[in-house]
Amino acid sequence: MKDKSIKTLRMIGLGFLEPLIRLFSGEEPSKNGKLFFTKALLPLLSIILFVVIWHAGATALYNSEASVRIEKARAEQGEEAAIAMQECIESGDVSCQPNTLPSPKQVFGAFQALWQDHKSISEKKAEFKDKVSATNEQREAQGLDPITYTGRPSFLDQIGTSLKTVAAGCLLAMLIAVPIGIIIGLSESLRTAMNWLIQILKPVSPVVWLLLVFMIVKTVITDPSLDKSFIISFISVGLCAMWATLVNTSLGVSTVDKDYINVAKVLKLSIGQNIFKIILPASLPLIFTGLRITVSVSWMVLIAIELLAQSPGLGSFVWEEFQNGANDSNAKIIVAMFVIGIIGFLLDRIMLSVQNMMSFNKGMA
Amino acid sequence: MTTQLQEIAYSPEIATKPEMLVCKDLRKVYPTPKGDYVVLDDLQLSIKKGEFVSIIGHSGCGKSTLLTMIAGLNEISGGQIIVDHEPIRDAGPDRAVVFQSPSLLSWLTALQNVMIGVKQVFPGASKAQKEEICKYYLDKVGLGNDFHKRATDLSQGMQQRVGIARAFALKPKVLLLDEPFGMLDSLTRGELQDVLLEIWQKEKITAVAITHDVDESIFLADRVIMMTSGPYAKIGDELEIPFERPRNRKDVLEHPDYYDYRAYLLNFLNH
Repeated sequence: MKDKSIKTLRMIGLGFLEPLIRLFSGEEPSKNGKLFFTKALLPLLSIILFVVIWHAGATALYNSEASVRIEKARAEQGEEAAIAMQECIESGDVSCQPNTLPSPKQVFGAFQALWQDHKSISEKKAEFKDKVSATNEQREAQGLDPITYTGRPSFLDQIGTSLKTVAAGCLLAMLIAVPIGIIIGLSESLRTAMNWLIQILKPVSPVVWLLLVFMIVKTVITDPSLDKSFIISFISVGLCAMWATLVNTSLGVSTVDKDYINVAKVLKLSIGQNIFKIILPASLPLIFTGLRITVSVSWMVLIAIELLAQSPGLGSFVWEEFQNGANDSNAKIIVAMFVIGIIGFLLDRIMLSVQNMMSFNKGMA
Repeated sequence: MTTQLQEIAYSPEIATKPEMLVCKDLRKVYPTPKGDYVVLDDLQLSIKKGEFVSIIGHSGCGKSTLLTMIAGLNEISGGQIIVDHEPIRDAGPDRAVVFQSPSLLSWLTALQNVMIGVKQVFPGASKAQKEEICKYYLDKVGLGNDFHKRATDLSQGMQQRVGIARAFALKPKVLLLDEPFGMLDSLTRGELQDVLLEIWQKEKITAVAITHDVDESIFLADRVIMMTSGPYAKIGDELEIPFERPRNRKDVLEHPDYYDYRAYLLNFLNH
């Protein structure tokens, strides 16, 4: 039971909990206590230290911006205005707050506000659904499209949209990169032929990909019922992120163990059997390494692409908040930053466990 | 000394059998920037049906090159290799190879590793028949309880057992062994030599084993072929080993002639 849970934890990338489990089962308390400290408590401490430094920095920036405001009031409108400004700032009045790096507390507040906002929007949605359910049934019976909720999306909805875009983008990347990778991995001349093209296209910025995709999609897709901005953003994400998978797949296929190739030759396997029974399984670990990079790259470029493509999602959330300039906008941007970071981390962990599962297949042989 | 030993060793039973594997004027050249490097030159070899031959020589003498050429995994620069009266063109399951590293497909089980070959050689057989063949050979190499273990969960020695089972299950005309036990510890190596001889005794497949272990070469083979050091390597000498089969290690080691054979081979290798 214990060994099994440890194995599972390692698989899903929560290996740092291993000493804790061993500790609870009373196994070498001093050694595992130390391990738990280094593996779980130290990272936690560093996060706390980060928050403290952040808090101190935010306070310093707040104070400096406050004093600038006061001085400005004094210089422009005299002493009285300066005192009024100081009082206004100290009272916490929204109208005169210094607009700078938000403190951890403000960010947490913004997080709660976003959460509340999500709840109220969900309620509204549920209400709306109840209200229109009868009408929708009628409409459906008449063969009309149902009425859908068109209110503002909540922060969580934006996350959902972003994840959907990334999933579609990665799927596209996989569908393009894996087959091409296998084909060019199999033939050295094809590999040489494609090499320059790949090397040139690989470092192209996500923004340029977006514009390129935009040029094409705009012409190709004329059906107004399709969500063009979603199509543009997921294709761009896929194109930006597919290179790692492409390169890794072709590398994996071209470097399959020579012994395996010899086995295939002695057994006189057909090309299809050779690819599906020998080459593909043998290069799976490298393909998944590539896919892991693809997933993290796609999450990284997503924000910039959503921002430019005006497709709903975290990117446009960040952009809207920045344009909005409301009092808690800065704090909300920081919330988004952490959410992006944490989701990226989780995606990477998921891919890492998949990758580990694949390499266990390969073992040490 | 040669003639003396050869006379004692001459085995009329094998001499009357048809030829299974013939290398005629065999030549192998690797082009290098400094000109051609001739590994094998003018090599003549004839192996009878059902004969077990081992080839010894110093490392780098080209014995592995010779074996991979017979297997069809290495191009022939000149001359011919004839198996069962047909010149070979490329690799094929009629010349099964046991590689030095077990080269099992690590994502498959022991049974699946044997099966992939059996499926190629017996496409007409039913699933149950094919499975029976696989299980028979795996059982013969002592893996009766490990059919469904993954290749990665097997030890090196066990993996090489699967390698042997995989080769025999192909029912090849010629069995090629490329230093099959070179990567194993001496205890496991002994065990696997026994396993190999036991299963070979039943099948009597023409076999060629590359080795640099003098004792191994004597224990396994009817005839030991000594290759000269490269470049321009060829067959330097041959020695018939007439010990009775089935052999067992103890009898072979205690045979009065054993040390003469051993000394003869070592003498060749040291000069």
